[in-house]
Amino acid sequence: MAILSQEEAQALMKKALSYSKADECEINFSGSNSGNIRYARNSVSTSGAVSTTSMVISSAFGKKLGVVTLNEYDDKSIETAVRRSEELAQLAPENPEYMPFLGPQTYGPTNPKLYDQKTAEMTPKQRADMVEASLNVAKESKLTAAGFLQNTGSFSAMMNSHGLFAYNKYSDINFSITMRTPDSLGSGYATKDYEDFNDMDTLKLTKIAAQKASGSVTAKAIEPGKYTVILEPAAGIVLLENLYGSLDARSADEGRSFLSKAGGGTRLGEKLVDERVNIYSDPADPRLPTSTWSGDGQPQQKVNWIEKGVIKNLYYSRYWAQKKGVKPMPGPGGVIMEGGEGSIEDLIKSTEKGILVTRLWYIREVDPQTLLYTGLTRDGTFYIENGQIKFPVKNFRFNESPVIMLNNLEALGKPERTVSGESFQSALIPPMKIRDFTFSSLSDAV
Amino acid sequence: MKRKDFLYLTGMGFGGAMLSRIPVIGAPISQEAALQGGIDVALKKRMADVALNAARSKGATYTDVRIGRYLREFVVTRENKVQNVVNTESYGMGVRVLADGCWGFAATDRMDNDSIARAAADAVAIAKENARLQSEPVQLAPQKGYGEVSWKAPIEKNGFEVPIKDKVDLLLKVNDTAMKAGANYVTSIIFLVNEQKYFASTDGSYIDQDIHRIWPTFYATKIDQKSGKFITRNALSAPRGMGYEYLMPRDSDKIKGMPTMLYRDRYDMIEDAGLAGLQTGQKLAAKSVEPGKYDLILDPTNMWLTIHESVGHPSELDRVLGYEANFAGTSFLTLDKWKSGKFNFGSKNVNIVADKTQPGSLGAVGYDDEGVKCGKWDIIKDGTLVNYQTIRDQAHILGLNASQGCCYADSWNDVQFQRMPNISLQPGKAPLTPSDMIKNVEKGIYIIGDSSFSIDQQRYNFQFSGQLYYEVRNGKIVGMLNDVAYQSNTQEFWNSCSAVCDERDYRLGGSFFDGKGQPEQVSAVSHGSSTARFNGVNIINTARKI
Repeated sequence: MAILSQEEAQALMKKALSYSKADECEINFSGSNSGNIRYARNSVSTSGAVSTTSMVISSAFGKKLGVVTLNEYDDKSIETAVRRSEELAQLAPENPEYMPFLGPQTYGPTNPKLYDQKTAEMTPKQRADMVEASLNVAKESKLTAAGFLQNTGSFSAMMNSHGLFAYNKYSDINFSITMRTPDSLGSGYATKDYEDFNDMDTLKLTKIAAQKASGSVTAKAIEPGKYTVILEPAAGIVLLENLYGSLDARSADEGRSFLSKAGGGTRLGEKLVDERVNIYSDPADPRLPTSTWSGDGQPQQKVNWIEKGVIKNLYYSRYWAQKKGVKPMPGPGGVIMEGGEGSIEDLIKSTEKGILVTRLWYIREVDPQTLLYTGLTRDGTFYIENGQIKFPVKNFRFNESPVIMLNNLEALGKPERTVSGESFQSALIPPMKIRDFTFSSLSDAV
Repeated sequence: MKRKDFLYLTGMGFGGAMLSRIPVIGAPISQEAALQGGIDVALKKRMADVALNAARSKGATYTDVRIGRYLREFVVTRENKVQNVVNTESYGMGVRVLADGCWGFAATDRMDNDSIARAAADAVAIAKENARLQSEPVQLAPQKGYGEVSWKAPIEKNGFEVPIKDKVDLLLKVNDTAMKAGANYVTSIIFLVNEQKYFASTDGSYIDQDIHRIWPTFYATKIDQKSGKFITRNALSAPRGMGYEYLMPRDSDKIKGMPTMLYRDRYDMIEDAGLAGLQTGQKLAAKSVEPGKYDLILDPTNMWLTIHESVGHPSELDRVLGYEANFAGTSFLTLDKWKSGKFNFGSKNVNIVADKTQPGSLGAVGYDDEGVKCGKWDIIKDGTLVNYQTIRDQAHILGLNASQGCCYADSWNDVQFQRMPNISLQPGKAPLTPSDMIKNVEKGIYIIGDSSFSIDQQRYNFQFSGQLYYEVRNGKIVGMLNDVAYQSNTQEFWNSCSAVCDERDYRLGGSFFDGKGQPEQVSAVSHGSSTARFNGVNIINTARKI
């Protein structure tokens, strides 16, 4: 029941709309099935399966909106919910920023890779087999594994009284693994996220984490300061997402964004970072397929956010776009940053002195004015000298802004698909070599 | 409700950018539906028994069932506009089983007998499949059944019964007051939670609980358009395990005589907003801090987060053992340190207790999410590590014959696991007020309110900021500072604790969104303290140019 086909979803949403007496009515309908295994200390700790659906009915009279939800879809339940949303709308305060629902939209073709039925319907045995492969690495290498594997199948749909209809199905498999040495002196990490479980190689990823763990024992303390760093994609994404997630036009126009200019106006069109930086989103890219529509029903299409270091687009809510007389623009879904052709190993080879960073952790904003963030390295930090990894180093706390970081760009490697350990969103990000990255203190944590 | 969903519903996120891949927006309901009584307890017992019997028939040796109805209400305003009024409901059942010595879990929002029985069977099938990956069977501490019992949060006024108009009027007055006092932009929010939870297990417990939480907050921003600078002062409220009475201010709950008004068990949101409006201007004009070593005087509005991160998390036994190694991390408070009975966590002034019964706290319940009656115990005694936080399948590791009642799941569709109880610094025994404390400081910074926070994965190295920073020179506050963050190592920091004010200054802070676990779950927890002083802490300057 949890994953409805387009026709099944459409039929129920049409029924809901047929009961509407409001000026406008919109239905959002979604559902998912997911299963997971979590393990630690070389053994399963928890696992589970969850199935859920939800229909959200929004009714509007003028600028007054009422919203209700239901998860029972017989005629009486749907009609009752529609009536209730209308009653609520009549009682609601008027919202001067209310925007009427969108009319019919033209969406690009749904990427066929967005949904893989076998991934959506993985069995407990399939999940256990994938985890077993990972646990076997731990046993053979005498390391301790802690990991998480989750598969999800879901759908979301939207229909309104102005004729808009949108539907997508999604599948997802997510895996992350931390391997630690029994003396707790070494730790390594790897993570990936895909639509198709055939792309997920838990064995290969666990071996990478194991290699990092074994290689990171006897870490030396070196002085904090400014260093050349190589950020692996899993490390770089957690800083970059705070940059491309902050390209909001309204904040910039109102003067409360790193994109606001002294004296008024925004930095749209300005070259803000190194000219080799190109960041865009494209739902049709087969390497990172994403939804063809945004949460408010706007079509998602290819958008250049930063081109040759210049801020090319900001995202505009429908209200703010109307106020400013521009076209509305949803925020990016599935971000791609262009890079070069070299591997992480190539970046290491070209580094005289530097630090390789596997993962960044506990990223928090310190100052929104400069997009300054703090956080720490984790699970595999190594000193590089004359093109080779020389020894593991203790972890650092950093205080750095992604804007400053992208101005100190030395080199980019080949982009890889990765997933953020903070937001759990995926992106295609190159490994980055950055000079003068600010480490402000040392951490004894392993 | 995950933190990112809260940010989305309150319009404080990244304009939806981070959520656009799968546009799921939660489950709003009407105000009227939120006021409807809970599910009939007899019906819940019948549904629970269906699950318990189904699991037993499939081979489970232990089963617990959680039926949850979770109500949430957000009222969000911005300047003179109502941005959002959302009531959400989440209702369903989670079934956890032990079969072949392994845990299994499944959840459903279809509450008919067939769906419930199917969820129970799925949980058993998962447990049996995973048992081959298990290195040793789960050991569950014994727990007596309590029969049919109930617990209700001792609230005075149910926030869901207060008309939306009253909440909107309050928030619009908050915004107006802050703007008249100098702020250019204000977002204000009232966030209400009611967890109606029913727990049943094969131990013979049928526990019905009704839990309430409230979080009123605002964000006031001032912009100097000429320089392009902007600064925000957030509300100094604490989220609380209280009803709407928290927003009915009483003079007796105000801590006066400090540079801003501070609040104990009732919060004057309008007064705080007016002060915030003034202080945004003062913050814009404040001088940038000179980095170096300072004595820090930390108000409970700042202290709570430092306690949470540097004491609450490292004393979680699941982290100590390695269960969180892949996500939230492990802990420097390893078992050998506890076994020694001598591990010097902090100075003699540091006494920290765990308490899941503290009235008005976010973590207060009668029973945890595996049917264990809640209590209070020491974690740090006179500066020494004496205990951890445990659940039923961990108790044997500490040689305990019962759980400490620290199990929680943030929804019926999430599996329960170890979460921290309220963890609080005990007040000093000698009479001491914050004013007295400041008089004894030669070079220091008095910090009020919480802001940026980050700590490493074993809870050693941390960096915290605040809302208001006051420079202290030779026993007097001499002005306001900006660009301040303090960095320390947990053990060094708590050993530098040179004084804690007495119980007259004791207040609760807390979080609605303490994240942990995979899939990530949040829990709400309070941390109490009186103002405390820490000598010689490293201050960094966070100003940058881009």
